[in-house]
Amino acid sequence: MPVDVDAVVLSNTQLSHDYNTVILAAPRLGDQALPGQFVMVKTTYGDDPLLRRPFSVFEILRDDAGRSTGVSLLNKRIGVTTRALYALRPGDHVRCLGPLGRPFSVAEPPEQAWMVAGGVGLAAFATLAANLRARRVDTTLFYGGRRADDLFHLDTFESLDVHLRLATDDGSRGDHGNVTVPLRRAFVSTDRTTPVRLYACGPTPMMRAVTELAASEGRATEVSLEQVMGCGLGGCYSCVVPVRGPDGTHFVRSCLDGPIFDGGSVVWEQLGE
Amino acid sequence: MSVDLSVDVGGLQLATPFIAASGCFGYGLEYGDIVDLSTLGAVAVKGLFLEEREGHPPTRIVETPSGMLNAIGLQGIGVRRFVADKLPGLRDCGAVVLVNICGSTTEEYAEIARILADADGVAAIELNISCPNISKGGMMFGSSLRGTHDVVSAVRRVTTLPLIPKLTPNVTDVASFAVAARDAGADAVSLVNTFLAMAIDIETRRPKLSNVVGGLSGPAIRPIAVRMVHECRQAAADLPIIGMGGIMTSEDAIEFIIAGAVAVQIGTANFVDPFVWSKLREGLTDYLHRHDVPSVSALVGTLDTTRGHTA
Ligand SMILES: Cc1cc2nc3c(=O)[nH]c(=O)nc-3n(C[C@H](O)[C@H](O)[C@H](O)COP(=O)(O)O)c2cc1C
Repeated sequence: MPVDVDAVVLSNTQLSHDYNTVILAAPRLGDQALPGQFVMVKTTYGDDPLLRRPFSVFEILRDDAGRSTGVSLLNKRIGVTTRALYALRPGDHVRCLGPLGRPFSVAEPPEQAWMVAGGVGLAAFATLAANLRARRVDTTLFYGGRRADDLFHLDTFESLDVHLRLATDDGSRGDHGNVTVPLRRAFVSTDRTTPVRLYACGPTPMMRAVTELAASEGRATEVSLEQVMGCGLGGCYSCVVPVRGPDGTHFVRSCLDGPIFDGGSVVWEQLGE
Repeated sequence: MSVDLSVDVGGLQLATPFIAASGCFGYGLEYGDIVDLSTLGAVAVKGLFLEEREGHPPTRIVETPSGMLNAIGLQGIGVRRFVADKLPGLRDCGAVVLVNICGSTTEEYAEIARILADADGVAAIELNISCPNISKGGMMFGSSLRGTHDVVSAVRRVTTLPLIPKLTPNVTDVASFAVAARDAGADAVSLVNTFLAMAIDIETRRPKLSNVVGGLSGPAIRPIAVRMVHECRQAAADLPIIGMGGIMTSEDAIEFIIAGAVAVQIGTANFVDPFVWSKLREGLTDYLHRHDVPSVSALVGTLDTTRGHTA
């Protein structure tokens, strides 16, 4: 059941001039959060900015006894709430409502897991990687960014035994180009009968490209969509995604039926910006 | 002294004056896990047409200073599926249900009201003649006195349920619409729906909403909404008013009650804090104690106009 916690900021690590990771003391959130779920965040008590914003739960933090102590958020400074999150100091408070939404389905051996992340889309995958590792699933992260210094938390994923396949727009690290470059190569070198579960999170064009590339290999992709969201609880019908079903295309609420969708069912051209 | 939070809205008995506003609380059941729906005064469900509707494509909302624009386009499951799939669950939760209805024609409003008259568990009908972002229906009726009269009287003929037209603020003289609604047989009015508004992305020079225009809600509209409740109260003191527009706290709600609202609706605030309901009750109870007012009804319309001029 979702809770609204007034979480204390334990640390804020500025990873670059626009990315940061905030660690929040929120044991009740960490207790419940499943891979792919999100929280609705508000950094102020005032009316401006008014609405909360959705953020993936990045990591669930645990003490030595394995008890949840809190969660972290991976943030990129873009708008008003993300600017406030970037500037947080230890001791500040952040209101977090969650965990919310339908989680990823977690692969089981012998299935492999391929996680495909673009930019801040990495935020969806640390908790998933931890769950996959607990199940001993062979896991690969395909991760694209603008430049070498725009790829973060590689050590986090390495420590979870995740294989890394990197790409950068300027070729300064990994493949030159976007993340579909190493992904395409992986498809070529993997037998079609090998069971693989694919996950994607990042810019919409990238998730669409991954879904279509995977489909051409006969594989499905679970995508984590970032729609503009009002409430996170199904109240406002603003975060809808056009989804193809047996009886035609319908708008379904991303907060309740997502944010994780079967990429093949999403009508990408009607998704909006 | 224990204070009495219950109110009578034109024959509709509510345990508290706090009602979830239509379109801001789904069909109510979405919140059943985190809010005890029986502790709300009532739940106004998402606006319903006769048939299912898909609504507008995204982007459907955009934040603006101390407020938001929405153009959802009344996505909904239609009244029959609502009665079959949602009403039983709402009954089980003990919710008092206001069904917010919308039609493209006067006849469609009446048809929906007929279907609801036979359903079990409907406390009242809220007539949405004020939705600003659909091409046919809604505000088309509510922005003309004739249209308001026609819809209200057509629905009045087919139902004995309390009938509450929801007024649009997108008119010059909202009080004349309250009077027209009353004269056509309304038991109460609710106001305000959202203000027609617009926001533009200056980089792309495109509207931020797919529907180009949308309705403004939230704290930004509160002072205008309070003024409109005040005007309706002055023009029709005998007509119960449900006030809304940017209510975030019990203080905001009390402002509307003093202006003349017997009950209030909470829309956008619910997105910011879905647990707002108990805080509203506590704040109001505390206020009544502090001011030695025995009940909410005793506070309604107690605006002191001895200072300053009022319109
Ligand atoms: C996302 C959204 C959807 C809405 N949908 C409806 C609706 O279906 N029917 C209706 O009568 N009013 C609808 N409204 C208007 C609200 O019920 C309310 O009149 C308005 O938002 C002002 O109150 P607030 O400032 O507390 O939100 C909607 C408002 C919002 C923000």
